[in-house]
Amino acid sequence: MSLTELHLALLAGAPRHGYDIKQEHDAWFPDSRPLPFGQVYATLARLQRDGLAEVVETRVDGGPERTVYALTAEGEQRLRTWLAEPAPPTGTGAEEIVRKTIAALHTGIDVQGYVARQRTAHLRRMRELGQVPAGAGPAERLVREHLVAHLDADLRWLDLATDLLRTPSPRPTPERTSS
Amino acid sequence: MTSSALTLSGVSHSYGRTQALRDVSLSVAPGEVVAVTGPSGCGKSTLLLIAAGVLRAQSGRVTVAGTDLSGADDTARALVRRRSVGLVLQFGQLVPDLPVLDNVALPLLLEGHPPADARAAAAGWLDRVGLAVGPATLPAELSGGQTQLAAAARALVHGPALLLADEPTASLDTRSGRALLELMVSTTVAAGGSVLLVTHDNTVAARADREVRLRDGVIEHEVALS
Repeated sequence: MSLTELHLALLAGAPRHGYDIKQEHDAWFPDSRPLPFGQVYATLARLQRDGLAEVVETRVDGGPERTVYALTAEGEQRLRTWLAEPAPPTGTGAEEIVRKTIAALHTGIDVQGYVARQRTAHLRRMRELGQVPAGAGPAERLVREHLVAHLDADLRWLDLATDLLRTPSPRPTPERTSS
Repeated sequence: MTSSALTLSGVSHSYGRTQALRDVSLSVAPGEVVAVTGPSGCGKSTLLLIAAGVLRAQSGRVTVAGTDLSGADDTARALVRRRSVGLVLQFGQLVPDLPVLDNVALPLLLEGHPPADARAAAAGWLDRVGLAVGPATLPAELSGGQTQLAAAARALVHGPALLLADEPTASLDTRSGRALLELMVSTTVAAGGSVLLVTHDNTVAARADREVRLRDGVIEHEVALS
């Protein structure tokens, strides 16, 4: 499940507390279901347990106590490993591709390399799907065409990501952690 | 050692101040299908025209089917193009005053084949691409998609060693486009020929053995798909 790695990406710019991570996630993926606070805190606890994140500060500024987390070196390595691998070119359920692309764009970790690898993975899958076995009926051909159409849509979207890279808008400042 | 069907070495080309290709090197092996992709204006059509010998590269070397086009005069380049290359351009580019049948027969007629034989072969290819025309039908009577079918038939009629196609299915619906692409690729490769497809259509690129992606006139990445 890539939510773990996505949390690592959300922590990559600067140390953040749970509330900030939730806000940042919902800003990155405005069309997704908002991240529940419970899930954020559970994930952060797991990251800490696994040595991928660490507590760097506990703030009590008159309000509720806020624990600020930062990536460990191991956490950053795990994030880089995640972004080094293209998402499975499944044709449907493209959520993972969106997550990886957006995380790569926000963190700036080898974005061009990621997009190129994802493109290749998709084209290879499309090529396989185009090799229709002899004797395949219209139903099997249609299923294949459905997958090809979805993969093609992903690739067009990735092209937009590439264009964005060429005319970059200012990156969101990592210093958005509120005190 | 088998020589390449097409080799470009350090090819550069400009239109005025606009540099279309910068130091591009590319090789296509016999029987290989290569897709050149990239955004509009990346130089991919220029690359195809240079490979076809239609444009002369301003620097670098171009070899097609064992012949170095770089130093060749216009006549020699035209000869290579006629004998070894099948060329499908985006809008068909048929000769307007010639009937479609003669357009398709042209590569054979220019090589001195008897007209009746050349026209019979042309009619056979028109049938294979699925285009029904009369002997006097002119290009102006065809739709954009039909023009592309005729252009493909003309490119295939002489069994080229190198098929070069620029957006060959752009004017066709999905099903007809797939069928034409498959016909072009499979017949050329089955005869030991090679195919270079220039396209921004991912479904066309996915038919290739290798993708060469251009951006701003340089190769951005090159990767095997098979």
